[in-house]
Amino acid sequence: MPILDVKDLKTYFHTRNGVVRAVDGVSFSVDRGQTLGIVGESGSGKSVSCYSLMGLIPQPPGRIEGGQAILDGETDLLSCSEKVLQKIRGRRVSMIFQDPMTSLNPYLRVSSQLTEALQMHESVTRKEALKRATQALEEVGINEASSRIQFYPHEFSGGMRQRVMIAMAMITHPDVLIADEPTTALDVTVQAQILELIRERQKANNSAVILITHDLGVVAGMCDRVNVMYAGKIVESGTAEDVFHNAQHPYTVALQRSIPSLGSKGEPLYTIPGLPPDLAKPIPGDAFALREGIEHGGKWIDTPPPMRQVSETHWVRESDVILPALEEVLDAE
Amino acid sequence: MQSSFLVLKDVKTWFPITKGVIRKHTIGYVRAVDGISISLQEGEILGLVGESGCGKTTLSRTIMQLQPATAGKIQLEGKELTELDGESIRAERLNFQMIFQDPYASLNPRMTVYDTLAEAIRTRHDYKGMELANAVGSLMKTVGLNPAQMKKYPHEFSGGQRQRIAIARALAPEPKLIIADEPVSALDVSIQSQILNLLTRLTREMNLTMIFVSHDLSVVKYIADRIAVMYLGRLVELGDSVEIIENPYHPYTKALISAIPVPDPRIEKTRKRIVLDGDPPSPLFMTGAAERERAEMTEISPNHFASDPKHFLAERKMVEE
Repeated sequence: MPILDVKDLKTYFHTRNGVVRAVDGVSFSVDRGQTLGIVGESGSGKSVSCYSLMGLIPQPPGRIEGGQAILDGETDLLSCSEKVLQKIRGRRVSMIFQDPMTSLNPYLRVSSQLTEALQMHESVTRKEALKRATQALEEVGINEASSRIQFYPHEFSGGMRQRVMIAMAMITHPDVLIADEPTTALDVTVQAQILELIRERQKANNSAVILITHDLGVVAGMCDRVNVMYAGKIVESGTAEDVFHNAQHPYTVALQRSIPSLGSKGEPLYTIPGLPPDLAKPIPGDAFALREGIEHGGKWIDTPPPMRQVSETHWVRESDVILPALEEVLDAE
Repeated sequence: MQSSFLVLKDVKTWFPITKGVIRKHTIGYVRAVDGISISLQEGEILGLVGESGCGKTTLSRTIMQLQPATAGKIQLEGKELTELDGESIRAERLNFQMIFQDPYASLNPRMTVYDTLAEAIRTRHDYKGMELANAVGSLMKTVGLNPAQMKKYPHEFSGGQRQRIAIARALAPEPKLIIADEPVSALDVSIQSQILNLLTRLTREMNLTMIFVSHDLSVVKYIADRIAVMYLGRLVELGDSVEIIENPYHPYTKALISAIPVPDPRIEKTRKRIVLDGDPPSPLFMTGAAERERAEMTEISPNHFASDPKHFLAERKMVEE
């Protein structure tokens, strides 16, 4: 049984310009010990879908319009009371954010931020909490943890701060860890360390990890399953192998073709023409077909394209988009 | 031999650490840039890579004359920049422009695209009225923006379009040298490739010389002709970009290359990684600075320079995983 099972999640934002369908019918599930990657451009709804699970969507303007998210076969995170959610958030489901400087409180010592979760969720003494917090810092590879736990966030480097964030998220041994672009603000060398650390802590706790990123390289190394999102919907879902070596949806293909590290030197890179659609306007059919400069067969303009099963592990949303050739993309520039 | 376009000779930028409020005295220096010599040919793209804190940004700011060099010489087309006074630096600065990482922060939110670009064009030309509007329009076309949108404000554009505006602003004074400081790291993959294409096309068409600063070697490898690897204020390796990537000499370069995730699960699951342990030592409390002083780069193969890694290896642990 999956530890987290999300079905048909819909999160809309009611703004002055209309209803923005940020997440529009997203379903996924993760097992213990498994890593799920969610990739997509900014505005594709990858972060909003995870924030919805944690009850972190500002309401209003946001509203969860439908769906359910069952944690461990019992609690629905979307319909349970705030009181129940508070018991789950930070204890059974934790989160790591992109920028550790803005998500740590600069006025508080690391020790009080680390012990807060323990004191809230588990009735432990301050002394016991401090001991466990020190141990958690050691586990994420911070030397001299017993003295450095009294530091303020600014006294750590960027990579070290992200380690503190991981220690904080992992201190209650959560069932699910949501990592929202955990390494985007970090150097490549530090990124490698942090990813390795997440992998190691995941193994030690047997947690499920949901990794939100736009870096396909990170996904390839970390994830068992990958969901590709576009305009609030999942367009392709499969194992890392399926998505990287047997990509079916034209959007996934286009994303992969535009990675600079795969481009050969001196030749122009492939780019996806046009811009993502304005989600404030209703999109009845295939959102990717609406991109300017993209050809399509016209079949999925007015009807929503269904998901088609490719193999036992691999689903893809129907699309009749024909990707333009590199030359056409460059002419349009 | 063709004379070089930009020459740096043993450039040093040190920041003093002072103590005391009334009787201030210097107790040491942060050696952000500590003896860099390099020369660029006209039309060349140099990739400058290294971890944060290695001095990449200080070096770019020193070349831009935004930060005076402590020692050394910087020559642009034979003209010595470090000796110019304030007024002449401002005049000379039209020849070198900068593109920054975050297009949200580097454009004035209260100025329309027209205002931003017109201001930049007028630093070079005395255009007015229609002439100015036409110049703004053609500049926007060059970077792939629709001139009809010139009366819009930055917030009305997407991230990629905003970076195009920032590039147009940098090109407006018709510079010869562009320093691009992490111009694509804040952008989505699909937009990264658009901006990289644009920068490559512009440098070729306008014969610009560019220093492309980044911590991401995969991007640098694609765009740069030569790569310079910087560590703690000094260059540790310099050479042709393909040569550096395929045949790195210095362990630091090897670790940087190894840290790039490969977008292929088959390779990722099996490959061995060289991981650098911990953070680079703080330039504040550098030990063994004397040894580093001597660690000059030598030519290990034609046009491929690297410094002796002995000292580096003593400082940072490499872990193979």
